[in-house]
Amino acid sequence: MSAPALETKFLVKRFGALVVSNDINFTLERGARHALIGPNGAGKTSFVNLVTGVLTPSSGEICLAGETITDLSREQRVKRGLVRTFQISALFKRLTVLENVTLAIAEREGAANDLLRPAGHHRAIIEEAYDLLVPLGLANEALRPVTELAYGRQRMIEIAMALALKPKVLLLDEPAAGVPPRETGAIIDTIERLPADIAVLFIEHDMELVFRVAQRITVLVQGGVLVEGTPAQIADDPKVRQVYLGESKH
Amino acid sequence: MSEFLSITISILFHGVAMAMVLYLISVGLSVTMGLMGFVNLAHGAFAMAGGYTLVILMKQHNLPFGVALVVAIAICVVLSLILERLLYRRLYGGDELDQVLMTMGLIFASVGAATYLFGPVSQSLEPPAMLRGQINFLGRDFPTYRSFLILCGALVVTALWLGLERTRFGAQIRASVDNLRMAQTLGINTSRLFTTAFALGSGLAALGGGLGADFLNVGPNYALEYLVYFLIVVAVGGLGSIRGPFVAALIVGVSDTAFKYLAPQYGAFFIYAITMAILLWRPRGLFGQSA
Amino acid sequence: MTDLSSRDLMGDRKVVVDAFARRHRFKWYEAIPWLVAIACYFLFENYHALGAQIFATILFALSLDLLIGFAGIVTLGHAAFFGVGAYAAGVMAANGWQEPFSEILVAAIVASGVGFVSGLIVLRTAGLTLLMQTLVVAALLQELANKWSSVTGGSDGLLGMKIDPIFGAFRFDLFGDTAYVYCLGVLFIGWLLARNIVYSSFGRSLTGIRENANRMHAIGAPVDRRKIIIYTISAALAGVSGALIAQTTALVGLNTLALSKSGELIIMLVIGGIGRLYGGFIGVPLYMIAQDRFSQIDPIYWYFWIGLFMILVVVFARGGVLGVFERFNQRRRSR
Repeated sequence: MSAPALETKFLVKRFGALVVSNDINFTLERGARHALIGPNGAGKTSFVNLVTGVLTPSSGEICLAGETITDLSREQRVKRGLVRTFQISALFKRLTVLENVTLAIAEREGAANDLLRPAGHHRAIIEEAYDLLVPLGLANEALRPVTELAYGRQRMIEIAMALALKPKVLLLDEPAAGVPPRETGAIIDTIERLPADIAVLFIEHDMELVFRVAQRITVLVQGGVLVEGTPAQIADDPKVRQVYLGESKH
Repeated sequence: MSEFLSITISILFHGVAMAMVLYLISVGLSVTMGLMGFVNLAHGAFAMAGGYTLVILMKQHNLPFGVALVVAIAICVVLSLILERLLYRRLYGGDELDQVLMTMGLIFASVGAATYLFGPVSQSLEPPAMLRGQINFLGRDFPTYRSFLILCGALVVTALWLGLERTRFGAQIRASVDNLRMAQTLGINTSRLFTTAFALGSGLAALGGGLGADFLNVGPNYALEYLVYFLIVVAVGGLGSIRGPFVAALIVGVSDTAFKYLAPQYGAFFIYAITMAILLWRPRGLFGQSA
Repeated sequence: MTDLSSRDLMGDRKVVVDAFARRHRFKWYEAIPWLVAIACYFLFENYHALGAQIFATILFALSLDLLIGFAGIVTLGHAAFFGVGAYAAGVMAANGWQEPFSEILVAAIVASGVGFVSGLIVLRTAGLTLLMQTLVVAALLQELANKWSSVTGGSDGLLGMKIDPIFGAFRFDLFGDTAYVYCLGVLFIGWLLARNIVYSSFGRSLTGIRENANRMHAIGAPVDRRKIIIYTISAALAGVSGALIAQTTALVGLNTLALSKSGELIIMLVIGGIGRLYGGFIGVPLYMIAQDRFSQIDPIYWYFWIGLFMILVVVFARGGVLGVFERFNQRRRSR
């Protein structure tokens, strides 16, 4: 049980001469609230894509709870509890909020392989989906198509779908991206209230969110880890100030 | 041995001639696909229009070959501009399915229109006197018209490649195929670029359709019948690529000629099998951008 | 679907869950096609043969709708499975096996086999490459049927088919009386199956794949496997449809595998409305009856007008007849 929730060892990804991930050794402890920050093009999203299996690493290893998952498919990683959200909302836009979440749960339960019984007969799944929407304040909009909801609300559905998969490790790719400032509060609250046993890694540009939620911060620059530490250490680090915080201060 | 050599040369010759036609027609499809992500199944209709106009202008209006060819291309370019403004434009950036359906409708409309205008029988091209017969080259006889076809195709292809490499318009096209959003932020007028590229592609198709009338018979079912060839050239070459389709056209042209000559009892069977095998090996085509 | 999203239903757990869980229940209007079909049997006695063709083609359209409309797999080669089914049944019937239901079963098995194998290859790609590959599969089979004339009859078509009476009692007659009922019955079974799939959890996941395949990967769905499964099922239904046409017309030709066959089917489905399960029930009769009338007057114009009509539907009336009807209904409700 001592193995970290997620670990990458010497992870490298090259596109020809372009190195997007350069020997990343990264550890996400169990139950962690860990932020991954870095300037645009630092390779944050590539890192998430490598970890979740969208991209195949050029070399290196990825471990989930001590087990190597480098060669597993995207689906198999999800089944083992490695779940992500997307930077730009990637929902089933024309389907209802409830249906979006139901699809995720049906996948988790394996019901989606059921070809003959109507989806409505899996009533427990629908109820679970509904119950998941309640604490996120989405229950009143359960039967509305996703497109009708404000963008901030759509980001909440992203999180709801991820939670529906009962993750052990949750990767949030810029959960507050594109959300107007008055709606970010709700998203921060939601992230803070995530169950303590889920290890959360989030990529974020919004420093308010990062410093409020994160217990540890890793700074990525040009595909490699620049420095890692507690929020206080990162805030005081001169290297970080130079490459990152300095340029993004408003 | 000498018989083997002469068969090989003959296959290569006719294969390359066919490749020129296929490339001229298909390159526009690859560009519209790469630029706008537009699946224009009706692209062959412009080639058909080029073929018909050329034949009609020569037969019924007695225009000389060269003049008729230029007029035919001009007519097709105008036609393509009208259709682009009227129909295609509405579906840019839209659903792939809508594009497929709309252009499928265009194909069927073209079949009907051609049958109505020119009758159900396919038209044959009568090359001018100076392009008929055989021409002697290095002690061998080659059909004059097909030699002309290869020469003409090579010239146009060279001009096209140089143009895309050296001119401002070419640079804009390449930049936009590579990254459309970036091109827009750089201030390239992509809307005008689309229209120009579309017209250029249709003009080339018309040229290919006109010149290639002795490979691809100009009949009402043209756009339907040869669609599979155009799609093969574009998909095997790699979507959005300019040179990929040329290589693909060579593969299709030469191997199609070879199999039809050496194993006519199998028809087009092998060409389809080869296509599937190549895409099994490289799903994005020979020169497609990898993920 | 639209009536579920009216606001007064929301908020209450049981109400919401019920509304969602009951979507698969039969609605009254789903009986309309069958009632119309039965009525037409008595109203248009001279058109039973055409009716049988229409029912078989509706089944074909239904199988295509599962792919394009629900799983989002756009194909130009669906006639491949129709043709394979038609040839499978035809070759049996021409070589002494004359029992119709077993022919249909064999047609379904052969077509689904072809669907499965070709699906393994073509479904790895998307967009134009997928269109091309589906087209090439059909073209390859057409060339095979063309050249393998000792079995298929080549370009002359397969002749000399004999079909036993259904249940040993109802002979296929010249007027199509038996064919009418037979095709309607098979269509009904195919429709039940397709409807079941659409409303199942599996079917819902197909919709998810159509809407956003990447997201389906991210929630752990085996996207490729699902696509292959539906491709195989759809091929089987198309094969059955082909077998019905072969049996009721006693003729199978190369055109059963042609691109024009796939293209016309797409047009019929679009006219009715894609992704709605009933698009074929509206589009196919409209198309085939219009063609029957129109082409007697002037067959040359037919393709032109149908193409033009298709363009207008895509540009101005998305969703076909059913789409227009839905919009009309929504407007009436929101008033």
